[in-house]
Amino acid sequence: MKRRIFLKTLGLGGCVVFAPNLVFAASPAGNYGNLLVLIELKGGNDGLNTLIPYADGEYYRLRPKIAITRDQVLQLDERTGLHPSLKPLLLLWQARELAVIQGVGYPQPNLSHFRSIEIWDTASSSQEYLSEGWLSRVFASEPVPKQFAADGVVVGSQELGPFSGGGTRAIALANTEQFLRQARLADDTAQKVTNPALAHILKVENDIQQAASRLKGNYEFKTEFPKTQFGNSLKAASQVIAGGAGVAAIKISLNGFDTHSNQPGTQQRLLVELAEGLAAFKSALIEINRWNSTLIMTYAEFGRRPQENLSNGTDHGTSNVHFLLGGKVKGGLYGLAPQLRQLDGNGNLAFGLDFRSLYTTAIDKWWEGDAKNALGGRFAALDVLRA
Amino acid sequence: MRNLLFFCSLLFPFCVNAAALGFDDARLLLNRTSFAASEKEVNEFAKLTREQAVERLLNGTRTTAVTAPPAWINDPIIPPRTLRNLSQEERKAHQQEEIKKGFDLRAWWLQEMLVTPSSLTEKMTLFWHNHFVSSQQKVKYAKLMYRQNVLLRKYALGNFGELLHAESMDPAMIIYLDSATNRKGRPNENFAREVMELFTLGEGHYTERDIKEAARAFTGWSVEPDTGEFRWRPFFHDDSVKTVLGKTGNFDGNAVLDILLARPETSEFIVAKLWREFVSPTPDPKEVTRIANQFRSSRYDIKVALRGLLLSDAFYVQENRAVLIKSPVELTVGTLRQFNFSVPNALPFAFTVAQLGQNLFSPPNVKGWPGGEAWINSATLLARKQFLERLFRAQEMPQGMRVEMKEMGKVKGAGKIGMEGRERFTQAMESIQFDAGKWLSQFNGDERTQVARLVLASAPVDRLDNNARGLELIRELTRDPVYQLK
Repeated sequence: MKRRIFLKTLGLGGCVVFAPNLVFAASPAGNYGNLLVLIELKGGNDGLNTLIPYADGEYYRLRPKIAITRDQVLQLDERTGLHPSLKPLLLLWQARELAVIQGVGYPQPNLSHFRSIEIWDTASSSQEYLSEGWLSRVFASEPVPKQFAADGVVVGSQELGPFSGGGTRAIALANTEQFLRQARLADDTAQKVTNPALAHILKVENDIQQAASRLKGNYEFKTEFPKTQFGNSLKAASQVIAGGAGVAAIKISLNGFDTHSNQPGTQQRLLVELAEGLAAFKSALIEINRWNSTLIMTYAEFGRRPQENLSNGTDHGTSNVHFLLGGKVKGGLYGLAPQLRQLDGNGNLAFGLDFRSLYTTAIDKWWEGDAKNALGGRFAALDVLRA
Repeated sequence: MRNLLFFCSLLFPFCVNAAALGFDDARLLLNRTSFAASEKEVNEFAKLTREQAVERLLNGTRTTAVTAPPAWINDPIIPPRTLRNLSQEERKAHQQEEIKKGFDLRAWWLQEMLVTPSSLTEKMTLFWHNHFVSSQQKVKYAKLMYRQNVLLRKYALGNFGELLHAESMDPAMIIYLDSATNRKGRPNENFAREVMELFTLGEGHYTERDIKEAARAFTGWSVEPDTGEFRWRPFFHDDSVKTVLGKTGNFDGNAVLDILLARPETSEFIVAKLWREFVSPTPDPKEVTRIANQFRSSRYDIKVALRGLLLSDAFYVQENRAVLIKSPVELTVGTLRQFNFSVPNALPFAFTVAQLGQNLFSPPNVKGWPGGEAWINSATLLARKQFLERLFRAQEMPQGMRVEMKEMGKVKGAGKIGMEGRERFTQAMESIQFDAGKWLSQFNGDERTQVARLVLASAPVDRLDNNARGLELIRELTRDPVYQLK
């Protein structure tokens, strides 16, 4: 039974009475009691060494130096396996809570970090420049409940990405306690002004005030988070969620995937960080009873080139593998396996699934909204969530 | 008497303008065209007419910096082919060196902004840096970024046509927009697209076909790897006939730039962008066309466009006051200049502006910093407030600013200045000085009102504490949301 229907039968639909239930008080348009967590693998994670087509001889031909050998691969099926550093994710895979989506990309791919992440963040097509992030457009057409602390929270970065532009109430913070300390510098004026620039500043001041008044940041988790920057970010995100203050989406970045040289060591370290972090995150979400109402999705500007370069690394590529995980995720392999014998003129992979299909899945299936308004077109949602 | 009135009504606009500016208009003019003006400057300009004031500003502009550049600008560059043959470690060391040079460059430019006798020159140099965008992230060679900056300053208030030609053939630009890989039979359309969309016509005034044809005309432009100078490679140039914007001929790159300059859209595009920089976020189409016509008939004299904007009534109307958000550079340099901070080395502020979202020499993409409201989000607003709070936390600067050291680690690339860089950073931090008492002593009598009207672009949002005096008053005013506006 869906949470908000459940609330309705109790006569609590849309009604906010006490704080812990606040997050479940979904608006009529979108079920924002369901939380979306975006994990940005910044720099462009190498998908081919994340999900390895270990039975494909072409893979080993293209990567004589940096390929993951068959015996190291954590096999998922007779052709595909995970990088050994992703071992903590195997438990999720076995619990069928990890969906691995292959071949995610878009037509006419752009190989610039800046431009390509802009395309992902705004859900634009390759030749189109949009100023608003895709989540800002979702929240504009299906508003997040006003009493939520914020529409979106960005942890560990100042780049609002998908929350950019529009009237989105987006908060960037490194950790909740520091944010609460700094927030005292925000102005709490309730003045209405006609000057648009001043109105914008006052809106941001108010967003900070509202978030600060709702966030707590002192939940005692039993879960131990990895002592890494990413671990700290996940801990901060868990604090945001644990406070019950209400937030529709969270973005967290893990930096350093631009592995043009000496990739193996760097990627190994980053994937350990990712997998251990996600495992801890799951444990924390279970502690606060949010694992079943959280959907975690990875993304990145692009994947990397199948052919390794001369510096033991890989250059900018196109389509990539991404993860969806959460208590409601139907685990398994999805999408198009890499077609290593059909590379494009730059030696890059063709894509099998438009990234906007992932966004559509989040909007239509997770939030029960309508992605068409926000994405400006129809992209098929994946059947990847349990009812 | 009647005759005089009649005469005056004929010359009505001049009669109005012939009046002295007064404090508020002078403050507006100076704060939009400089990094915050002092009480003395505002009072001086207050006595001038609009024309006199604008002429004084435009006559005072420069074409070179007063601050000595870093010594390494004369060092030869290491060509890419040599770099390719270096060991992994040597290559890494070279990269590190270039990144350090990048910080020297940022500190140098910020220093120039802090000391220049013509803030307008630096503001326009920054304006063009955000128009003819190149980024060290891609260009890599700090020396080429320096040369580009010199070029931007040389033409900052000169001729836009000459600036466009010079910038298009500038080695940093050639690398940044891939002109060097644009060759006969293997065109790269990057520069051709951006020159039309972002440098001249603006979106919607050209076709994809125009871009393809123009790209062929731009083939042959390249960089000499050993010197980093422009190099013409006739062998790579496509010398067949092209059709661009309805004109057909055996065009080379310069011929295409002249075709772009001949279009009225170009002058309107530039004037509208200058309007958003100096006047308001919403250009008045009629006024833009009027000023753009003057701009074009002057054959793109940038001072003609600026004069048009700074003399227009739209510049001075009440609705357009305090409607522009200060950029991180304007907030930072403006505050340091406004309050007479002594800053022997501007290196720390290279990190400040980056943290606030404006990493000099590294705009986010070819479109540059979007500016305006995009400058302000919860993170940057709190960072702005924290920066101001630390500046004015106490008389003894180093104590307050030391915390900034910890924050610095979060700025992209900050870890790369190395031990020696960190030491310089600490020293620079400790040598920053501000004397609140001395600064306030220039106001006699009603200090509160005078300081407020000097440092705020409009009435404060918050009610001032009647008892606030001295440093406390400065903190209160700089904390007000209106302090973010110009």
